[in-house]
Amino acid sequence: MLDLSWMAWTWPTAAFFVALVFSIMVMGVWEKYSPGGDPRRGVFGLDTTRGDRLFISWLGSGFIHLAWLAFFSTPLWGALALAIGWFVFVFKKV
Amino acid sequence: MVRKSTNQKAWLLVVPVLLLVAFNAFIPLMTVVNYSLQETFGDNVFFWEGVTWFEAVLRSERFHASLLRQLMFTGMILAIEIPLGIAVALSMPRKGPWVSVCLVLMALPLLIPWNVVGAMWNIFALPDIGLLGYSLNSMGFDYNFTQQPVSAWMTTVLMDVWHWTSLVVLLCYAGVCSIPDAYYQAARIDGASSWAVFRYIQLPKMKRVLTIAILLRFMDSFMIYTEPFVLTGGGPGNTTTFLSIDLVKIALGQFDLGPAAAMSLIYFLIVLLICWVFYTVMMRNEEQ
Repeated sequence: MLDLSWMAWTWPTAAFFVALVFSIMVMGVWEKYSPGGDPRRGVFGLDTTRGDRLFISWLGSGFIHLAWLAFFSTPLWGALALAIGWFVFVFKKV
Repeated sequence: MVRKSTNQKAWLLVVPVLLLVAFNAFIPLMTVVNYSLQETFGDNVFFWEGVTWFEAVLRSERFHASLLRQLMFTGMILAIEIPLGIAVALSMPRKGPWVSVCLVLMALPLLIPWNVVGAMWNIFALPDIGLLGYSLNSMGFDYNFTQQPVSAWMTTVLMDVWHWTSLVVLLCYAGVCSIPDAYYQAARIDGASSWAVFRYIQLPKMKRVLTIAILLRFMDSFMIYTEPFVLTGGGPGNTTTFLSIDLVKIALGQFDLGPAAAMSLIYFLIVLLICWVFYTVMMRNEEQ
């Protein structure tokens, strides 16, 4: 059996990566049943496809969590709420 | 029978690359994420710490200081390399035998490995035996890059300018060479000054390559490690400790794997953001 103890896996980090992979898989399924089509121009003047919007959402929520941590410290529920709001905003408007 | 418009088997050819990337990028990155939330004293024993390290890094003055130094360094080299690169590109010959000579001369610094550049400048700038250091001191300047922060900064910036201005020159030169003669003829008929030719013909035509040059130099200098490490080692004190040098000090010098992992993820997010901006701007330019 391969010894992977050096990778120091924990449940929360595993859950994070599962969520990341799951979001990409959901995009695949969504694309198969209802193709997103050509890039569209959003509120920031950027031409984005669904994949671009997923990337912007994840990257943005990373920065939202870091900023929350820097200014308000833990708990991070507020940052999570903001990040979910950011996801919705990006997918609807950007 | 349903006809397939595309052959999906080509995706199989991507598998080797995917495996390679998994080994050298995904797995290490996942490990860094795992480390960033835990404390370890070695022997693969880990203690859960939550987001403590992220908070500590985000609020640490040391991180702020090296981020500020990094931004200052990047700002300074951009402020020098971009105008200098444009000036050199404009003064290079566009026809005749000197073109290849100039291009080869310009390409030379780009071919030298980073650690060699660092070692070269280290010896070149040594105050007692180096050509630059000795000359400056014998002219009456008090110059010692191993002891004075200002000298260390000057030498580091000068080294980067020496190494990378060529890249800006070559990109701008390509932009200038792509301007058809008809534009210059029209400018001559209108009696345009050389400043007007630069402002309304050359600069707009260089816009695309200049964006690439600025973003490439921004990214490269933001991740710089080897050259300042070999030249100054981050010193004197911490005055030339940029982000990557500080990161290595925390991870391998102090063996604080948790804080180092948290810092490298924050660093990674910043670089990722810049990459994304780079990509978006480039794609927009393509469309125009």
